Amino acid sequence: MKKLTADKLFRWTATAAGILILGVLAAVFVFLLIQASPVFFGDRAAAEKTISSFTGGRTTSFLAFVGPLIFGTVLASGLALALAFFVAVGIALFISHYAPKRLSSLLSYVVDLLAAIPSVVYGLWGALVLVPNMYPVWQVVNAVFGWIPLFAGPVSNPPRTVATVAVVLAVMILPIITSMARDIFVQTPLLQQEAALALGATKWEMIKLAVLPFGANGLVSASMLGLGRALGETMAVLMILSPGSTYGIHLLTASQNQTIAANIAAQFPEADSLGVSTLIASGLVLFVITFIVNYIARRITKGGGKLTFRKKEKK
Amino acid sequence: MRLSHNDHSECVQSAQPWRRILRTVLVGTSASVLLCGLAACGDNTPSPSLTQSSAQAQGSYTEKLSGEFAAAGASSQKSAVDALIVGYSALQPNIAMSYDPSGSGAGVNTFLTGAVAWAGSDASLSDEQIQSSQAVCLGSTAFEIPVYVSPIAVAYNLSDYGLNDSSVHMSPSTIAKIFTGKITSWDDPQLKKENPDIADKLPSLEITPVWRSDKSGTTKTFQTYLHHTAPNDWTSEPSETWPNSLGQGAKGTPAVTMTIGQAQGTLGYADFAQVSGLGTVAVGVGSDYVAPSPEATAKLIDESAASSDSLGADGRFVIDVNYATQESGVYPIALVSYDIACPVYKDARTATYTKQWLTYALSDAGQKISQDNAGSAPIPQSLREKMLPVIDSITAASSGTAAKN
Amino acid sequence: MRTPDFDKFKPTRSSLAARKRTDMLMRVLIYAAFLVAVIPLVSVLYTTIVHGITRFDWYFLTHNMRGVVGGLYPYGGILHAAVGTLEITLGAMVISVPLGIMTAVYLVEYSAKKRLHKTISFFIDVMSGIPSIVAGLFAYSMFSLIFGPGTVNGFVGSAALSILMIPTIVRSTEEMLSIVPVDLREAAYALGVPKSRTIVRIVLRTALPGIVSGVILAIARVIGETAPLLIAAGSISSTNFNLFSGRMTTLPVYVYNEFQQGMASCPAGSALGTDAWGVCVPGIRMERAWAAALVLILLVLVLNGIGRLVAKVFAVKTK
Repeated sequence: MKKLTADKLFRWTATAAGILILGVLAAVFVFLLIQASPVFFGDRAAAEKTISSFTGGRTTSFLAFVGPLIFGTVLASGLALALAFFVAVGIALFISHYAPKRLSSLLSYVVDLLAAIPSVVYGLWGALVLVPNMYPVWQVVNAVFGWIPLFAGPVSNPPRTVATVAVVLAVMILPIITSMARDIFVQTPLLQQEAALALGATKWEMIKLAVLPFGANGLVSASMLGLGRALGETMAVLMILSPGSTYGIHLLTASQNQTIAANIAAQFPEADSLGVSTLIASGLVLFVITFIVNYIARRITKGGGKLTFRKKEKK
Repeated sequence: MRLSHNDHSECVQSAQPWRRILRTVLVGTSASVLLCGLAACGDNTPSPSLTQSSAQAQGSYTEKLSGEFAAAGASSQKSAVDALIVGYSALQPNIAMSYDPSGSGAGVNTFLTGAVAWAGSDASLSDEQIQSSQAVCLGSTAFEIPVYVSPIAVAYNLSDYGLNDSSVHMSPSTIAKIFTGKITSWDDPQLKKENPDIADKLPSLEITPVWRSDKSGTTKTFQTYLHHTAPNDWTSEPSETWPNSLGQGAKGTPAVTMTIGQAQGTLGYADFAQVSGLGTVAVGVGSDYVAPSPEATAKLIDESAASSDSLGADGRFVIDVNYATQESGVYPIALVSYDIACPVYKDARTATYTKQWLTYALSDAGQKISQDNAGSAPIPQSLREKMLPVIDSITAASSGTAAKN
Repeated sequence: MRTPDFDKFKPTRSSLAARKRTDMLMRVLIYAAFLVAVIPLVSVLYTTIVHGITRFDWYFLTHNMRGVVGGLYPYGGILHAAVGTLEITLGAMVISVPLGIMTAVYLVEYSAKKRLHKTISFFIDVMSGIPSIVAGLFAYSMFSLIFGPGTVNGFVGSAALSILMIPTIVRSTEEMLSIVPVDLREAAYALGVPKSRTIVRIVLRTALPGIVSGVILAIARVIGETAPLLIAAGSISSTNFNLFSGRMTTLPVYVYNEFQQGMASCPAGSALGTDAWGVCVPGIRMERAWAAALVLILLVLVLNGIGRLVAKVFAVKTK
């Protein structure tokens, strides 16, 4: 009888833990909403004054304040994803199909090292090492691709620009995409690969025919997760970017964009209570954006079967 | 069945070393915590250059204090206050003092709630704020004491062209035109005309203006200067935020100087103490050009204090800085930062502390410490002599009301 | 009837060559991709070590920043930040480890195919996507509402970090529990062992190394978090041992603080040179930032190493 109650108690504790997590997440949302509410439902004039002081008098409406920030966030992380994606797929293929078997676990570890380095160290490195060295690179990019509006000049010097930030963000999300892509590529059915090779396909053709189609869903999902990480990254952006609040797309010009996360970290220390509310409201917007991106990623993974579990069962 | 039994015993064994490791870690941590005492753990012995100079002034701080004291406000004062705290702590070893650089606005608001003894502010108080200070100052209104004056330099980087040592000359109108994008190159005819000596060395290089992206008193001061001296070229109303997005923004003075240092042809405004290694512009004053220095700035404060109306009325020493000065040898761009304090405090402890702190900040020792470690300009002797009696009148509530009656 | 002309299907020499070329090109690109990833890694590690080693000494590790002014000697250290990191991370562990493991137990052992399982599983995914700065804002808001506005202390930081740790711990524990063979559980049930006892004594025991490794890796992930602690725990120059009162500096916040304060101003005529009274180093803050970054990287690498080692050495053979 006594054992039975212990059994029940344990079961309840476990269930309670699960429910508590739901509670915590609800709490995150509710507390943020409560703290953000004064911006929307409080003293109209005071809220407008706060937003006006954040934007240097450019606007008094919350939407006009947060709009360029959303744009900047999406621009910087989208560009980071574009830079990281092909490199990550390349590394994943290198580890799964090109590198000698003995090396591949070591190489995976090297990539994981990239993920282990804290973002503030990337920020420090980006601001003090990368920024002074990127100017010649961007000049070349501008000279070659200047006809594309994204790379139109003027090229800012020092390049504390979205382009430089995107490079750092790309390095940071690289390991996320790589490790997921690698896990998927390794699982490509051996029969399909061998069949392709037996038909006389070159190694690349085999990858194109067997490996990439098999991993397509997973790759999309991996890049979405990487994007989610880039969207919320604060320190690297805060320490590198020269901020601005426009919808400009000139990646090589400074003072065009700012991200939500970096803006929160920059303004928070000197914000009064209404200012904090405004920043929390913008944090909620960021939360919603990352939620959508992550949701899409999970949906795609679910559609492609339970990839993470399949790997474990194989072992 | 047998298989799983084996597994079971194996994992029971594997759990043993863990317990041992955990125990070692716990014992080790608690031992190191015990070794290390409490609050003073790891404190540094401050540099004698800070503590010795204060020791001479021992006499004025006979009333010993203890406990924690908090202040908050302008981040511009931070490095000066940090150094002063070390010097003051040498006189009052039993206090723990903190300064939260939350910004002028936030600091004053915290002061008005009574949470801090005094606040640092880059701007003088508005009449409204003075009115609301009655609540926390028990019926009297707040004092404003200028304690920190920082020259604001216009710094540039032309080190590749060997021009960082040669103080490029610029008139206020030229500076305004650069920051509004009307002059964009270092070899602009206007710049050549003002710099006949180095006209040939000025490169055909784009000027990148660098400004503060955060709200700051430095930005407001710099804009006010341009507004007063080049009204035709600088048309925006001075405010704490920078009005355009030409060039690059940077958060905080250190980031501004870092940005300037990272590329050639950059030009920005920054507190003088931070610009070492960069070139500084000699700005046009009258028919002369004056390079920034604490001494030239002290002259400006002297001159401005002399011409400020109602200086010191109700303990408000608001200096109306004469940016448009024509005096020769006076550097015209300076940020004046105030300490906001109450004439009357609820408890005697806070009153004594505030009185001592402000006296210390304005003492010779205090002024030297902030000049050495924060690059500030000294507050003129005459002005300090006017302020000290006012500071001396700070009292606690009971005796305060008696004095009023 | 003519035999089909099989030669028609034979690849021409030029098309073969083209295919070979593409293959070679892709091979080169894929090798290049790897090199591209190694460049930043090497650069980050190299600069951190080269710049960090200048200030990385015993004094740096055993002193805080109290009494340090500008570039003047003494140059201070990271003791307070190390203590802060240790306590805040321990605090986050105390919150998230039991909660995370129990949730994983619920998900794997109790709730299979229930609707609650799906809901919890989904929201753990949502949680793992919360940007770290939003976690910081949450902790700040919660404590502001409960304990009065502007409550900032170490424990608020712990709360923020635990939001980031919980999903990682749940996921890794879940994975570890699900590879414990069903035979083990069934054997225990057959012997009449109650379910709770089976889980604690057999399933969790078997999965322990994997769980510990997962927890260590989760710690390694959050120990470098800056943004949430900037908001939730603030910074202070003296050593604060009390997790529940007063601001607390952590290593990442320390790095950022030193970085953003820039060059130190030195008294005119002060000596420049090695450590001695009166000597002033203008670039001291950057040196401290790099040295603290070096400590942080070492810490993360050691934790990662331990985590992997535990997983490898103590792993239970499940066959």
